[in-house]
Amino acid sequence: MPNRNLVALQTIWRKEVTRFLRIWVQTLVPPTITMSLYFIIFGSLIGSRIGTMGGFTYMEFIVPGLIMMSVITNSYANVSSSFFSAKFQRNIEELIVSPVPHWVVIFGYVGGGLFRAILTGTLVTLVSMLFVDIKIHNLLVIAVTLVLTSTLFATAGLINAVYAKSFDDISIIPTFVLTPLTYLGGVFYSLSLLPDFWQMVSKINPIVYMVSGFRFGFLGQSDFTFLTSVVVLLAFNVLFFGIAYRLISTGTGIRN
Amino acid sequence: MNALAIKGLTKTYKNGVQALKGVDLEVAEGDFFALLGPNGAGKSTTIGIVSSLVNKSAGQVSVFGHDIDRELVEAKSCIGLVPQEFNFNQFETLQQIVINQAGFYGVPKNIAVERAEKYLKQLDLWEKRNDQARSLSGGMKRRLMIARALMHEPKMLILDEPTAGVDIEIRRSMWDFLREINQQGITIILTTHYLEEAEMLCRNIAIIDKGHIVENTSMKNLLSKLNVETFVLDLPKCSEDPNLVDFDYRMIDVHTLEVDIPKENSLNNLFQQLSDKNIEIMSMRNKENRLEELFVRLVEDGRNRKQEQSGAEQSA
Repeated sequence: MPNRNLVALQTIWRKEVTRFLRIWVQTLVPPTITMSLYFIIFGSLIGSRIGTMGGFTYMEFIVPGLIMMSVITNSYANVSSSFFSAKFQRNIEELIVSPVPHWVVIFGYVGGGLFRAILTGTLVTLVSMLFVDIKIHNLLVIAVTLVLTSTLFATAGLINAVYAKSFDDISIIPTFVLTPLTYLGGVFYSLSLLPDFWQMVSKINPIVYMVSGFRFGFLGQSDFTFLTSVVVLLAFNVLFFGIAYRLISTGTGIRN
Repeated sequence: MNALAIKGLTKTYKNGVQALKGVDLEVAEGDFFALLGPNGAGKSTTIGIVSSLVNKSAGQVSVFGHDIDRELVEAKSCIGLVPQEFNFNQFETLQQIVINQAGFYGVPKNIAVERAEKYLKQLDLWEKRNDQARSLSGGMKRRLMIARALMHEPKMLILDEPTAGVDIEIRRSMWDFLREINQQGITIILTTHYLEEAEMLCRNIAIIDKGHIVENTSMKNLLSKLNVETFVLDLPKCSEDPNLVDFDYRMIDVHTLEVDIPKENSLNNLFQQLSDKNIEIMSMRNKENRLEELFVRLVEDGRNRKQEQSGAEQSA
């Protein structure tokens, strides 16, 4: 019954949003403070000495990347911690025994991660407006990149939580994979500054396409075409959704 | 129609433990059914498979005619599960927990809100509706899980040791509630360690041991297997041996006499002998562990039968 699935989807999403809003001091405040520090240190203090990058002040250049960075970390963290907590407290069993289709479970959790990413992204954008006049080249491009990036990392967080056996396991990927890829994903620099070899290496980092697409939405300038960014994002979204669906439907890590 | 039909159910866990070795079980619609067994017998695995928490290795399970391999959504919709361990989000309020559970089953929020009030009131939790679940006492948490399991108004309620760690008063109120909803037509399957609880509530019973059903009968039949009942008699004071004929008896102390009374022997006979000796009886009760003794006997009989069978197969 489609209506039944819709109610279930709304329920999971609402439950997820209620969860992160209930602990807003842990979920919304830290990324805002961290990004404010980035704006102060890299944008105002150091950035003013760097000069322009691609025709924009350094502050203008890094704002889209920093917003993207908070979007990535928050969409990932929301789902990985929430789903793992549900496993840990065993309340994931509430979903397993109920007739919720697997895709609804994934969409519900990912939807929660997406909403947190949008909210933190908005907060970080508001904070950045204290430091720089935000330029918006194309709002639709910003929205599409934001949604596709959030859903991708929220799904990745879900996959991480499925495999995780302890709380340590949900911090390993963000620490050792996500953070390096984000820092090396062109948040703080244009890829054109890198030697040819490192430019080639950077192209296998999916985050550069997200930062690039997002920057294009704000500044109208990027390392890759927006179409390339969208294709890469869609491909990874489909791949990760497929993996997550397989894991949830076989009950990996949640059913004996 | 059977509320639950299980045929040839087996389960071997990844570590090689064979928890179920071919379980056949039928529970009629509207029944109040007890599934008993010692620890590790396979009760929770059976319940886990029926409620989709555990993947089966082989066999068939159907719930109200819906095979869980072909019509899982329909089968799941018929079941309300009260697990053994608390498995709700400790940081959510009671209302959030039960309303969310209804939502997972597709119950629209306005209806879920009405039902939350109904079941939280019935289970005496309404005053706590805005409290976080972690602040509840053990008995309240058990009742919360019952309220949660009823939110989608299932046709069958499965309770895995629902009164474990619950005090007598709350246990009795839970019994009354379960009887009431059973009378309203909900099939109830109960696992419990309190055998008296099964006797008080259930009409039919299955005993499972080491992955096999060793007994599946009505509670009446099971109780009829109690050939001897032990009664405890409270006496004002009796320092002499009562010298009862036709009865095995023990003087526990000067105030307490324990007498084994075979089914074929009349209680009048006992009373007459005591009366003839001027021994007054102040009160009398069943010795409480009589069902447990029967339970142990049945489990042992089942194990002996299995050993004999495997011995016969080997010699053949």
